[in-house]
Amino acid sequence: MLNDSEQREIEEELSRYPDKQAVCVDALKIVQRHRGWVSDEALKDVAALLGMSPHEVDGVATFYNLIYRRPVGRHVIHVCDSVSCWVMGCGGICEHLKARLGVGMGGTTTDGRFTLLPIVCLGVCDVAPAMMVGETTHGGLTPERVDEILEQYP
Amino acid sequence: MERPLTEHIRPGQAPPDFAGYARLGGYEAARKALLEMSPAEVIEAIKASNLRGRGGAGFATGLKWSLVPQGENAPRPRYLVCNADEMEPGTFKDRYLMEGNPHQLIEGMIIAAHAIGAETAYIFLRAEYTVSERALRKAIAEAGEQGFLGKNLLGTGRSLEIHLHSSAGRYICGEETALLNALEGKRAVPRAKPPFPPQVGLWGKPTIVQNVETLCNVPPIIARGAQWFQGLSHSKDGGTKLYGVSGRVNRPGLWELPMGTTMREIIEEHARGMRDGYRFRGVIPGGASTDFLVEEHLDLKLDFDSVAQAGSRLGTGTMVVLDDRTCPVGMVHNLELFFARESCGWCTPCRDGLPWVEKILRAIEDGNGVEDDIGILRQHARLLGPGKTFCAFAPGAVEPLQSALKYFAGDFDRHIKEKRCPWK
Repeated sequence: MLNDSEQREIEEELSRYPDKQAVCVDALKIVQRHRGWVSDEALKDVAALLGMSPHEVDGVATFYNLIYRRPVGRHVIHVCDSVSCWVMGCGGICEHLKARLGVGMGGTTTDGRFTLLPIVCLGVCDVAPAMMVGETTHGGLTPERVDEILEQYP
Repeated sequence: MERPLTEHIRPGQAPPDFAGYARLGGYEAARKALLEMSPAEVIEAIKASNLRGRGGAGFATGLKWSLVPQGENAPRPRYLVCNADEMEPGTFKDRYLMEGNPHQLIEGMIIAAHAIGAETAYIFLRAEYTVSERALRKAIAEAGEQGFLGKNLLGTGRSLEIHLHSSAGRYICGEETALLNALEGKRAVPRAKPPFPPQVGLWGKPTIVQNVETLCNVPPIIARGAQWFQGLSHSKDGGTKLYGVSGRVNRPGLWELPMGTTMREIIEEHARGMRDGYRFRGVIPGGASTDFLVEEHLDLKLDFDSVAQAGSRLGTGTMVVLDDRTCPVGMVHNLELFFARESCGWCTPCRDGLPWVEKILRAIEDGNGVEDDIGILRQHARLLGPGKTFCAFAPGAVEPLQSALKYFAGDFDRHIKEKRCPWK
């Protein structure tokens, strides 16, 4: 069941569009903001609310990079591996993150603290290489800088 | 030199609020357009300025607006959409404008909506731009409080609501018809064209989709005139351009310069040249989906037509520099890995062709390439080219590939002959 605040936030979004289905992505993001990810059950609830089939909603959910259909850690790390960051050495940053966290891309640390994912260009190419942790983007990464940043996310 | 896009941006400081922007002359253009100009007059002014779309394709903005059906029986409502889904690798210009002066974008949208008769507008923003999101939400609320958004704008009887839609991430959303599907809450696959969005767009209604930088140019054009705007440029495309440079240069960054500034000036003067120990080998001039240019092109003027004549595209105007200590095959592999991953999967050449290209490039880079691979890559560059796929994604994806095969042929051969990457 969607909780009261999820329900209220989704209904608020409905006022912005002439069509119920248009809220699909927003609704999935609202659920994810409250629960960290979108479970099968939550997906069915969103579908029922918007008059869509669960398969339609899943088709949308799995299309977008930032909707998680599996549980994630408390903080999701999106490390940029696009071209400017690649030229500036993001390969080494990715390897450092994997080694330090002890997970591969897509993995979650055993303590549930971090999930590591690659991401498309974060639009801070002037300070490449870069990564986003939660909602904050960090540039000018070196392995040492990465360690310092991770300390800020308990 | 005048910098109408960035003159009020102070990096590191909060953007001007409504009162601050108004003190700098902000919203005078919106006032003028709403109170003194008919929609047709606004469209004429934009046409006369020769403003071309800054999202990458360079379509004439005024012409696009004039394609919205006019008259009593024309379909309504019509929509304005701001494409703020900046996901072209190597591109970081729209973020700078939205974080630095969000009111200029809102003002541009008010004028554009007036021109096309839209009462609802959406900003389609990529989710990762959380700082932009906060700045825009604040600017929208402030403009509403001052009577520039909402009902009965400045007492004219016209209305405009701007809604901000934060996306959930996918490169293809930047393609305008895919963006419309995304806004409708669907999978962001492109639509068949024609019909084009100015006639049949969002929910089947006439829709104009414009990039952030394009819309930010609108208030200064209305305030200071088309002729002034033309005079800013070093080419026949009007205005200034936000150019960017990333890679191993001394000062990566972003500069607003006359449209048609040469690549040499931008890289050598503004980005202060290559870092010590690195030499320039090439550049993708306007994001991941543009053809490589090399040293012989350094004196090229960066405007839409000049770059096209040299065999590439101005694209977003944000360059990624390839240096002599970075493997060109590795760089192209990185680009094609990105495209293979982000292909929406709707049409077969793109969905199946790009992963094939990526695997071959990886094999070459890993020292497992064979001579026939070059032929297969060339074939893909042809078969994924313009007209062969459902949208412009795959043709864009093979632009850096086809030009790398041309300019860095010797590097590909060395990988295959030596069975290793010479840079590793």
